[in-house]
Amino acid sequence: MSTASHKLLKGATGDWEMVIGMEIHAQVTSNAKLFSGASTAFGGEPNSHVSLVDAAMPGMLPVINEECVRQAVRTGLGLNAKINLRSVFDRKNYFYPDSPQGYQISQYKSPVVGEGEVLVELDGGRSVTIGIERLHLEQDAGKLLHDRSPTMSNVDLNRCGVALMEIVSKPDIRDAEQAKAYVTKLRSILRYLGTCDGDMEKGSLRADVNVSVRKPGGPLGTRCEIKNMNSINFIGQAIEYEARRQIEILEDGGEIDQETRLYDPNKGETRSMRSKEEAHDYRYFPDPDLLPLEFSQEFVEELKAKLPELPDQKKTRFVADFGLSAYDASVLVAERESAVFYETVLDKLANRARDGKMAANWVINELFGRLNKEGRDITASPVNAGQLAAIIDLIGEGTISGKIAKDLFEIVWQEGGDPRALVESRGMKQVTDLSAIEKVVDDIIAANPDKAAQVKDKPQSLGWFVGQVMKASGGKANPQSVNDLLKSKLGV
Amino acid sequence: MTDLTSLTLAEARKGLAAKTFTSLELTDAHLSAIEAARVLNAFVMETPDQARTMAREADVRIAKGDAGPLAGIPLGIKDLFATKGVRTTACSKILGTFVPTYESTVTSQLWRDGAVMLGKLNNDEFAMGSSNETSCFGPVGNPWRRDDSNTTLVPGGSSGGSASAVAALLCMGATATDTGGSIRQPAAFTATVGIKPTYGRCSRWGIVAFASSLDQAGPIARSVRDAAMLLRSMAGHDPKDTTSVDIPVPDYEAAIGKSVKGMKIGIPREYRLDGMPAEIEKLWQSGADWLRSAGAELVEVSLPHTKYALPAYYIVAPAEASSNLARYDGVRYGLRESAKNIIELYENTRAEGFGAEVKRRVMIGTYVLSAGYYDAYYLRAQKVRTLIKRDFEDCFARGVDAILTPATPSAAFGIGEKGGADPVEMYLNDIFTVTVNMAGLPGIAVPAGKDAQGLPLGLQLIGRPFDEETLFSLGEVIEQAAGRFTPARWW
Repeated sequence: MSTASHKLLKGATGDWEMVIGMEIHAQVTSNAKLFSGASTAFGGEPNSHVSLVDAAMPGMLPVINEECVRQAVRTGLGLNAKINLRSVFDRKNYFYPDSPQGYQISQYKSPVVGEGEVLVELDGGRSVTIGIERLHLEQDAGKLLHDRSPTMSNVDLNRCGVALMEIVSKPDIRDAEQAKAYVTKLRSILRYLGTCDGDMEKGSLRADVNVSVRKPGGPLGTRCEIKNMNSINFIGQAIEYEARRQIEILEDGGEIDQETRLYDPNKGETRSMRSKEEAHDYRYFPDPDLLPLEFSQEFVEELKAKLPELPDQKKTRFVADFGLSAYDASVLVAERESAVFYETVLDKLANRARDGKMAANWVINELFGRLNKEGRDITASPVNAGQLAAIIDLIGEGTISGKIAKDLFEIVWQEGGDPRALVESRGMKQVTDLSAIEKVVDDIIAANPDKAAQVKDKPQSLGWFVGQVMKASGGKANPQSVNDLLKSKLGV
Repeated sequence: MTDLTSLTLAEARKGLAAKTFTSLELTDAHLSAIEAARVLNAFVMETPDQARTMAREADVRIAKGDAGPLAGIPLGIKDLFATKGVRTTACSKILGTFVPTYESTVTSQLWRDGAVMLGKLNNDEFAMGSSNETSCFGPVGNPWRRDDSNTTLVPGGSSGGSASAVAALLCMGATATDTGGSIRQPAAFTATVGIKPTYGRCSRWGIVAFASSLDQAGPIARSVRDAAMLLRSMAGHDPKDTTSVDIPVPDYEAAIGKSVKGMKIGIPREYRLDGMPAEIEKLWQSGADWLRSAGAELVEVSLPHTKYALPAYYIVAPAEASSNLARYDGVRYGLRESAKNIIELYENTRAEGFGAEVKRRVMIGTYVLSAGYYDAYYLRAQKVRTLIKRDFEDCFARGVDAILTPATPSAAFGIGEKGGADPVEMYLNDIFTVTVNMAGLPGIAVPAGKDAQGLPLGLQLIGRPFDEETLFSLGEVIEQAAGRFTPARWW
């Protein structure tokens, strides 16, 4: 991994370094489950999306859903990872009512995707590369419902058998900020690829976080695994808490028990779920109902050729083609929807070479700013890409000034409509007719003889005159023309 | 009408086509025979209404001239096959009164071809056993008895109900399954013909799983030709079972009567066990002589890893079974014992629902897959399995067309006679058959003679992968030479 400065925690005995690895469970975007034809639609009455295979009826057999395999391979390619042309499905045996087979079909020794890496951007232009250990396919479990009967629990098997990708990172993450940025970036890549919707609230993306602490550069400490995190903020909080908990124990002369813990966001603490001694013996063995998963390099190449442009590539292109700053480019590409919006604006611009950078500024500052203020998502923006492109065209061609453009943006936001027509109907056009501007300039100079006299000695006070002229013209005067006229009239 | 039950399937097909009798008559004759033979306990569920409905439909189709290859033929179905709307239990208490909403692929193909279902046949619980004594419905009687004795003998297992019913003329043929010998051993004990086809030849979809990498469906029938006819309908690729193989199903019947001249038949040295009864030795020799007379060349071959097959089998099969049977947990279907919490629910249900032999195998399987033991047992057994497979491959690579062995180390034994103190005594029944499952090869058991007490004995022929045809050709040579055997009716 490339090193970025990371946060160390201060303890009584000096600095401590966190070592963090993550297992992300990402629900595969597919119409049908991993080994059955049942629907993967979210919601629905309990047990309405359950096939005979999902319910583990006697004599039922799993059949691999090839779309899920394609999605896993595409994800592997998006993570710059090694694709294994032969992998094996294993059974992970355990009893729980949400697992009707009595085992989960997963991949243990031979996953479909091997080592890869993800470039993660941090604040201040820093970045860090996090290694990917592997990605494998497995079945999701059902859901227990404890609130339907006073004496019994019920089970909903709708989610049972839905395909998950378990993406395992190397223990390359060094603090909570990196961890959050890693999940954010991974989520973004999955969403660009269309292999997982990344909806953490619906449980489409969940993380198990392994945390240990050590003296910087020292040997690895004993780790604890925090299970089933479904919020990026909670991941950060849980890591901070867990690391401090471990440091406290170690500094008191204690030892860390390797265990599984749960994070309680209400109390802001992790607590023990089960110890290593209580860990299951899953008795993994190759699933005899399924042949090894084999595909050709050509299959991989075909998927590779059709991969969409991913955030890192897009960012590079935005910087190169439109002269965006690296920061602005990364803001635009962070979410697939933002990038799509920006690119739609670009497509609709009359002169994107000239105005591409201005469009980025407008998307980031005006649009995102306004959306954030109202807590809206870009997909629910009242100003669409075509409208924004029209506003930028009007600025670029000199029909309106930047200031008028902001007013125009506000009108479009509130009322909708075609920006060009609005400029006409509401008389918002910039005045470039020199004689009309000249009259205003003359009036203002005549009204402020003292200031006019000062300008020669204090050229910076020219700005005051520009401001006055713009104000008097209701912002419609072309600022460049005003500037030129004032300069010649005042003899600057 | 009872004489209709003594026909072979091939003869019945002729009679139906010639309208000498109807399927309804044929079916009724068998239903009466079943009723009269309840003491054998071969059927665990009789479906006379369904049988008559299916027979009438077959008669209509026969009359219209669009009859399928098995139109109007009454069959028995091992209780391991899921039958839509008809209780399916694998003869385990844990499935209770489970009624599937689906039909297994194999049986649906039989119905597609016009066959008639008489009912469900007894078997060892979850097909775990070699005597049909582990069934929750009780043991099955073998229609064969020793010449001088009234002792009821076992029909073998796990497909004991299938073998007994076919031998006692209660059905014209039966479905069966074979994980370590469960078709071939009962066939040998009852003077019926049983073939376990190549792994992947028949779909496993809808068959209650015992050991997925070894389980394979096949027929038990009254003659080699009958077995060929049944297998043709049962076999075929099924997209619902990814281990089923997508190659065309040949007309197996065409192999009957085909010359075996010039075929090379291997006699494996390692199957000549110490202390093998002279009768078995003699039977084996007779088989070799018959095939030689028919023009085949007999050669001695070596399958050096044979002795490891049984121990390795008793690791692989229980390992898979321990996992396959995890779904019987009392949560969704079948037996559910009352309990205070979920762990107790599992414990009580499985303690009550599984019989002793099933529990034994679940425990063995759980043990051999456990952390720290996996490499020493399961992984090692899989390596042995590869070696056993290679033994056969080497043999076939040297031009051997099929291998001839005894089907079982002895004739049928009495109920309760074996395995009481030492389960291995029972496991040894499969000594000649498990290798075939471990290698995924086809194997047929054909009646070849009787022992000194008048009990039937069978020979086994093992073939190349997907070369069931050669087994049918050779099997028929033995059948022709040895004749067919019918038990004297005592029930």
